[in-house]
Order: sequence, then C-alpha cells, then structure tokens
Amino acid sequence: MIGEELVQLLTPEGERVSHPEYESSLTNDQIVSYYRDMVIVRRICTESTSLQRQGQLALWAPIQGQEAAQIGAGRALEPMDFTFPTYREHGIAWCRGVPPEDMLRLFRATSNGGWDPQKYRHSVPTVVLGNQALHAVGYAMGVQRDGAEEAVMAFFGDGASSQGDVLESFVWASSYNAPIVLFCQNNQWGISTPMSIQSKIPLYHRAHGFGFPGVRVDGNDLLAVYEVSKRALDNAREGGGPTMIEAYTYRLGAHTTSDDPTRYRIDAEVEVWRHRDPIERVKALLVREGTVRASYFDEVAEEAEGIALKLREDVLAMGKPDPLTIFDNVYADVHPLIEEGRREMVELGVAGGGH
Amino acid sequence: MATTTMTMARALNEGLRRAMEENKKVLIMGEDVGKLGGVFRITDGLQKDFGEDRVIDSPLAESAIVGTAVGLAIRGYRPVCEIQFDGFVYPAFDQIVSQVAKLHKRSDGVYTMSLVIRLPFQGGIGAIEHHSESPEAYFAHTAGLRVVSCATPEDAYWMIQQSIHHDDPIIFCEPKCRYWEKGEVDTERPPRGLFDAVVRRPGRDVTVVGYGASVRTMLRAAEAAESEGLSLEVIDARSIAPLDLDTMAASLERTGRLVVVHEAPHTASIGSEIVSSLTERCFYSLRAPGLQVSGYHTPYPPSRLEEEYRPSVDRILDAVDRVMEFES
Ligand SMILES: Cc1ncc(C[n+]2csc(CCOP(=O)(O)OP(=O)(O)O)c2C)c(N)n1
Ligand SMILES: [Mg+2]
Repeated sequence: MIGEELVQLLTPEGERVSHPEYESSLTNDQIVSYYRDMVIVRRICTESTSLQRQGQLALWAPIQGQEAAQIGAGRALEPMDFTFPTYREHGIAWCRGVPPEDMLRLFRATSNGGWDPQKYRHSVPTVVLGNQALHAVGYAMGVQRDGAEEAVMAFFGDGASSQGDVLESFVWASSYNAPIVLFCQNNQWGISTPMSIQSKIPLYHRAHGFGFPGVRVDGNDLLAVYEVSKRALDNAREGGGPTMIEAYTYRLGAHTTSDDPTRYRIDAEVEVWRHRDPIERVKALLVREGTVRASYFDEVAEEAEGIALKLREDVLAMGKPDPLTIFDNVYADVHPLIEEGRREMVELGVAGGGH
Repeated sequence: MATTTMTMARALNEGLRRAMEENKKVLIMGEDVGKLGGVFRITDGLQKDFGEDRVIDSPLAESAIVGTAVGLAIRGYRPVCEIQFDGFVYPAFDQIVSQVAKLHKRSDGVYTMSLVIRLPFQGGIGAIEHHSESPEAYFAHTAGLRVVSCATPEDAYWMIQQSIHHDDPIIFCEPKCRYWEKGEVDTERPPRGLFDAVVRRPGRDVTVVGYGASVRTMLRAAEAAESEGLSLEVIDARSIAPLDLDTMAASLERTGRLVVVHEAPHTASIGSEIVSSLTERCFYSLRAPGLQVSGYHTPYPPSRLEEEYRPSVDRILDAVDRVMEFES
C-alpha cells in the first residue's frame, strides 16, 4: 500500500530514514515544539468529543491520526501565507493561532464561522465539499497580481477530490501558475466511502495530468510533511506555481460524532493504522535520540490537560446568541427585508433573550 | 386493510424496497447509500438485498450523481438519487435545472426524465450550516420539474413509490426532523394521488397551509387555537409544484382567511406563490389578506437559534390572530 513513491523521513518506529529528494531541516527545538502541538490538538479533539457526548456541542469532526499531516503543513506555513480549510483543519487552525474556543463555535452551533479569517490568515470553515479550493486559487491569483511573496494553501479530503470544484481548481491553478499548494489529506475514507471509489490511481498522480507536480507524502510523518509542504510553499512564493500534496494518512476516529464507522470498516484496518500513530512516532524519535528529558512528555500532557480544561470552561460559557444576531452581516448595507425581520422578531418578543 | 406502524425513515425504506422489487430498472445512487445505508439510514439494507449495481455508492460529486442519473434515465433506468443534505444539492443545480428539467422538451418528448431526487430538507435537527435548508422554491420555479414533500410515514411510503413510477423528474423533499416520528401506514393502497393536497384537520375560521415538517407544527397550533375558541383548518400541500389549488381554494372559500407556513425565507417563496394564487382564485371570499409565516431573509442560522428562525406555534398563532383581527 505504501510504495516507494511515498516521501517518508521517519519510520513508524521513529527511526530517521533518508530520501533522495528530501532531507529533514527541522532543529531539535522545532521537533520538540511540534510534538507539543500534536499532543495539544489531539487533546483538544478528545475534549471536544466528550463535550459533544455530553450534549454541549452539536457535532465534532475528530482529527485523530491526522495530527502530523496538519501540524507538519501548518508549521511549514509563513505568517503571511493564507489558508483555506474544510471543517476538519483544527491542527492548521491551531498553527495559525486560532484560539481553541473559536474553533468550537461552529460545533457549538453558535456561529457559522468562529474566528476572524483576516487576523489569523486562516479562512472560515467550508462545509460544502470542495468549494474552498476555487476560493484559494482565486486568492492566489490576487497574490500573484499584487506581486506579493505569499503562498496559499487549500485543504480538502480524498472524498472532495471527486468534486468538480476541486478538479476545476486544478485547471485554474495550472493555467495561471497560481502560487498555491493544494493539500489533500487522504485519510482513506469519505464518511463510509472508501478511497477506491474516488480514484483508481494514487491521488497525487492526478496533478501531473493537470500540468503541475504532485507529491505523496507519509501523512503520519511530521518530518516529511513539513519538508514537502515547505518546499511546495517556497516554490509557490518564488513563482514556481502550484503543487499538489497528497498526505497519505488515516482517520482513526469516526467521520464525526454522528457517524458509526463499525458499519463500514473493519477493526483490523484501524489497528494497522494505530501502529502508525503520528504522535507516537515523534515521541519514539525524541526518546531514541534523547532529545528531551524524561519528564518532558508528562509536562506536555499536563499542559494539554490545562488547555482542554480551559476550553471546556470557555465552551460552557458560550451561551445562546441573541436571536437578533441572525440579521447581522447578511448584507454590507441596509436592506429592507432585514429591517422588517428585525422589527418582526422584536415585536414577537423573542429577541434579546440571550442564554 | 393492512396497516403497520412505522417511522417515516422506515416507510421510505420500505417504499424504496417495494419499488425496486417491482421494477428492475429502479436504481438508487448517492453518497454513502450502500453499505452505510445513507447517513439517515433511509436505504439501509437495500444494497445487501439488491446488489451494488442497483444501489450505487457514488464518488463524492452531486453534479455527477444527477448528471449520470440523466444518462441512466435516457437508457431506460429509473434512478433515485439521494442528495445527502439539502445544502449539498447546489453542485447539481445546473444538471437539475438545465438538463433534468428540460431534456423531455429538447428531445421533443423522446426522452423521459424518469428520475427522483431525494432531498432531506428543512431544519430542526440541531445541525451545522448547510444541513437545514429549504431550497424547494428554486426547483418549483423551473418548468419541467415537479416538487413534492411527505409529512407522514404513510405519505412517505406511497409518495416515494408514486414518484418513482412517474415519468417526470421529481424533487422529493423529506422533512428530516420527522424521520423518526411514527405513524400508521396502509401498505395495500395509496390514500391519494401524488399531487393532491389533503385536509389534515378540518376547521372553520382560518385555512392554514404548509408542507413537510411544518404540518406537525400547524397541527399543534390548531390544538392551541382550539383552546382559545378558534378553529383552524390545516392543509398539507404535499405537492409543492404543481400546487393543488382546488383543495386549498375549497377551504379558503369557507374560511375566508389564509395563513401559509414554511421554513424558507418568504421572498419569492412557495408561500408567496400560494398566497398570490389563492388571492386570485378566492378574491371575493377573502376576509383578510393572506399571511406567511416563514424563515427570515437570512442564511439559516447556527442551530442554537434555529427555533427562533423556524415557524413556531407562537408565530403561527400570531399570524392567525392578525388575519382574525383584520377589518376591511
Ligand atoms: C457538497 C457536499 N456533499 C456532501 C457533503 C456531506 N459530507 C460531509 S463530509 C463528507 C465526506 C468527506 O470526505 P473527505 O473529502 O475525504 O474529507 P474527510 O471528511 O475524510 O476529512 C460528506 C459526504 C458535504 N459536506 N458537501
Ligand atoms: Mg477523507
């Protein structure tokens, strides 16, 4: 399944391996720090799942198994780059500086977005599969026209790779040599639909047909994802045009908290991928190379615990928004139907309710 | 009479099963409809029993689901497409509006677009954005399409079969928040035609018309109104395009007062259509202008606010009061 074509710099056992084209440039400090990122986003994820189970969130889309793909890509980005996520890019959001409680507003069902996309240079979540790929290419065309040294990264899944919007984004990215990295997390499943229904060839092969390079990277290998992403982003910033990255990974958890994966996939498959856990892999490397003191892992776990606790408090404090807010920001300018709706709601006496 | 109690989800499943048993040309296609049985389990077990050729787990692309269904229909199949949620039908909008609706005409009647597009629609399940929309008016506006909605398990069971048997393309709107409500289903014969409205509760004072999830809300409003001495006649439109205006007008001729209920925003909506058509028909019988209770002119809100957005019993009663108090 994992062939030679896969860029890997760290084995599942946490051993460094060499690759003819890529070499890890990460310092020990960086590896240590990105390990921390991965542990924290996983903890945010487990906390969110339990918040959902307790009825505090409408839904949660977990990322267990995909932490290296997201932290590797997220940390390869420069601050001025811009990213276009789906609903599952919590690790990217974390790297962009989005506060965890903001990530949960969508799932708390108090907002359709949750954060200021300009402030974090991380666009709002896109739930309609594939739409954002075109937005990202358009944004990149703007960057190009501004002569700015910025790159754009669009995120999508193996399932979304079948959408017209995603394939059209490949055409446009190619036609205009847009400074973009099309980052596909192939986590093997689109809800119950296996990868084999979306594509008969490795997804990254598609890029060549559209006229730009595609790379398949071991999505559970932090070191490799970082290098592959970094090179593609640098290349985009330097005018080299688009790259597609297929991060070959696995969704260890359910599609969302509404999903029951036991209906469509076997435990044995999940077990195989558990042995390729992206976090354990980096931990094994750090232990093997004696990079950190023994207590470091507990310290990180404790810090993550604190973040989860604060997240829980923040989420529980997130009350029901004032119903009148539904009329905010529908239009940039005054609109008679908005005024009418507001008036009607006030007359009905349901507004201003809060909590 | 063989009646069975079942949920609307079950009724749809049984209806699809029966249609597939009766006609080998009936296919089901959509995202996750096979092994998983759909995210709402409407197609549960059908792939196991009818095979992967007849219950097709599709790649993830709505335009392609509908576009290939068009080709299958040209080839003589009767595809039933499942769009996973209302808000994901738009990638297929072009195929539906430009092709599904128009190919019968363009081929001078040679092609029949005998396909059904199932759309779990409306809100009320506490979902995130794009999972609670009411896009029916977009389709009703397009000549060549028919749009229907079931409000009870019995209608679900029969209307899905009637839609599959019908030679026109049908947008089949399922009120997802009612999937788990139970009702009696007579599996021997359909209670009425696919495009007939039905009076769900007779009344004297105000005609209240709606469809899908709104029917239950209207019935609750009618109960509440009764305690205030007001008698509401509740009509389930069932067919959204075409509208059974005869049934509605017959009621309005008696009551003289009209309230229409739906979850979509009211501008250019089915509610507007019903009010204007019935105003024309019943002009001299009207004792007050017809009113709409609808969603607001905003995107569907985050679901913590959806009950403020969707027509509630209170908002329906408020409109009822206004048509009752109206002095011409
Ligand atoms: C246009 C559209 N159709 C259907 C859906 C419903 N849906 C949500 S996620 C999903 C599967 C997505 O799979 P993939 O792209 O692999 O991303 P993953 O969830 O695995 O991260 C589906 C079908 C949607 N959100 N948008
Ligand atoms: Mg996937």
